[in-house]
Amino acid sequence: MVVVVDLTPSTRERHRPSPPRMPALAVLHYFLVGYRRTWRAGVFSSFLLPLLTVLGFGVGVGAYIDQGVDGVPYLDWLVPGLIASTALQVAIGDATWPVFSNFQWIKTYYAQSAAPLRVGDILAGHLLYVLFRVLTTIAAFLLVTGVFGALRSPWAVAALPVAGLLGLAVAAPTFAYAAAVSSDSWLAMLFRFAVIPMTLFAGVFFPVESLPEALRWLAYVTPLWHAVDLCRSATLGVAPQWSVVGHLLYLGAWLLGGALVARRVFRRRLVV
Amino acid sequence: MKRFGDFTAVDGIDVEVLPGEAFGFLGPNGAGKSSTMRMVGCVSPPSAGELRILGMDPVRDGPAIRARLGVCPQLDNLDPELTVRENLTTYARYFGIPRRVARERAAELLDFVQLAERADSKVEPLSGGMKRRLTIARALVNEPEIVLLDEPTTGLDPQARHLVWERLFRLKQQGVTLVLTTHYMDEAEQLCDRLVVMDGGRIVAEGSPRALIERYSTREVVELRFAAESQEAFAGKLDGLGERVEVLPDRVLLYVADGDAAVAEVQGLGLTPANVLVRRSSLEDVFLHLTGRTLVD
Repeated sequence: MVVVVDLTPSTRERHRPSPPRMPALAVLHYFLVGYRRTWRAGVFSSFLLPLLTVLGFGVGVGAYIDQGVDGVPYLDWLVPGLIASTALQVAIGDATWPVFSNFQWIKTYYAQSAAPLRVGDILAGHLLYVLFRVLTTIAAFLLVTGVFGALRSPWAVAALPVAGLLGLAVAAPTFAYAAAVSSDSWLAMLFRFAVIPMTLFAGVFFPVESLPEALRWLAYVTPLWHAVDLCRSATLGVAPQWSVVGHLLYLGAWLLGGALVARRVFRRRLVV
Repeated sequence: MKRFGDFTAVDGIDVEVLPGEAFGFLGPNGAGKSSTMRMVGCVSPPSAGELRILGMDPVRDGPAIRARLGVCPQLDNLDPELTVRENLTTYARYFGIPRRVARERAAELLDFVQLAERADSKVEPLSGGMKRRLTIARALVNEPEIVLLDEPTTGLDPQARHLVWERLFRLKQQGVTLVLTTHYMDEAEQLCDRLVVMDGGRIVAEGSPRALIERYSTREVVELRFAAESQEAFAGKLDGLGERVEVLPDRVLLYVADGDAAVAEVQGLGLTPANVLVRRSSLEDVFLHLTGRTLVD
């Protein structure tokens, strides 16, 4: 077969379009323009959630736990866990239906792939947006809980990048999953069988040590536990249970592995 | 050539599109038109064969080629939550177009497709015709040298179709190369300088609309309807009249050079059809002749 669409440069030599220098940022820009329409609702819930947490757990549940956990009040102990689990919820929420829709319903990715963007740019741009969502949500969380005195160390600011890393570490494989499934009912399954169990057993609400040995190992495998341990050490100002570098490498491995698989699946969907 | 597993969607086509030309791919559903367009759009590597676009290799130079293409896909993939203008300005960013230039160009293009008044409304409530025009405007945001249009007017009402045609014609006058697919014959006759008819992944005919009609059909067509149940009974008596006689369940078509003379001959045979229509042969006759009357899907 020979298909030749061979055009010599045309006479229209005005602004010669070229691929953008930072293509992923052009993709991020698109998502931010969409965010501008919804941010008010987002900001409201970003502040409301930590506020309700402080009231509900600090005043309500905390009252039943006199001795606290590891010698700190329950609220202070719980907040870093909720920082990590909120980052998880936001990241996976943004990596499920929006990704599915960009393939299936509004088909944004197809529009983007017709422009001079590579599959990796499209993926990276959307991941950057998820990172933005996680960081802004967690910044609000830190602000509110800080005002209520639930952060016990200036190291608490380190919880922000940790939350961002966790967000990317879970969003990347979730992108791959959302791009691969054929129906959106699979997305709800992810919450039922991954997000909720992870949130319950990865040391957010109670120490992993109170689990039986076998379940404890399941908690250690989840990316969430590693972020919980880091966040807790940051806001309480104590040493983490595991090496910091080890935690970061483990989360980094989820991000890298997830991104590689996601790029593969995206390419299979977009370049056919 | 394009294969998907065992299925060969595009099987050996040989086409050259020249700068400034309006080139059409015609064919029934499943003929391989969209697969061809996706290959030319550099989002679908050919399984075999050679494909050059703007002198470049689509597999290696995809982004560089796509920077100079405009693509109007078969199904609109606008963002319904963004405004009309934002759909253009965000898309312009993908081409590295600076913010200020993007805003200017969006305003120009919205004028061009007559959507300036809706610039700040969301896309969601727009009519199908408006969305299509916006998709076309978006395909022009990078001032492309080639615009690929996959069934640009499918599903539009006649007013919207004529508006789209008129805009596309203006683009062509500006020297933009148009490559389009369609299964509307009037669209092909309106827009295309040259076209190929595809069927089953192959090219079955190539040429200008006029040349194709001359080659594959006659100058005129006479449509005869007989009152009786079966048109066949009468058809036998018409054998030898004109170049070709085609019997359909509801009418008989005579492909002839001179329609009025043929009608006189029919009457000379003592036949009195209930209804007689003499018309010029169209691309539709060519299309049906080449790709058959059977429903494809």
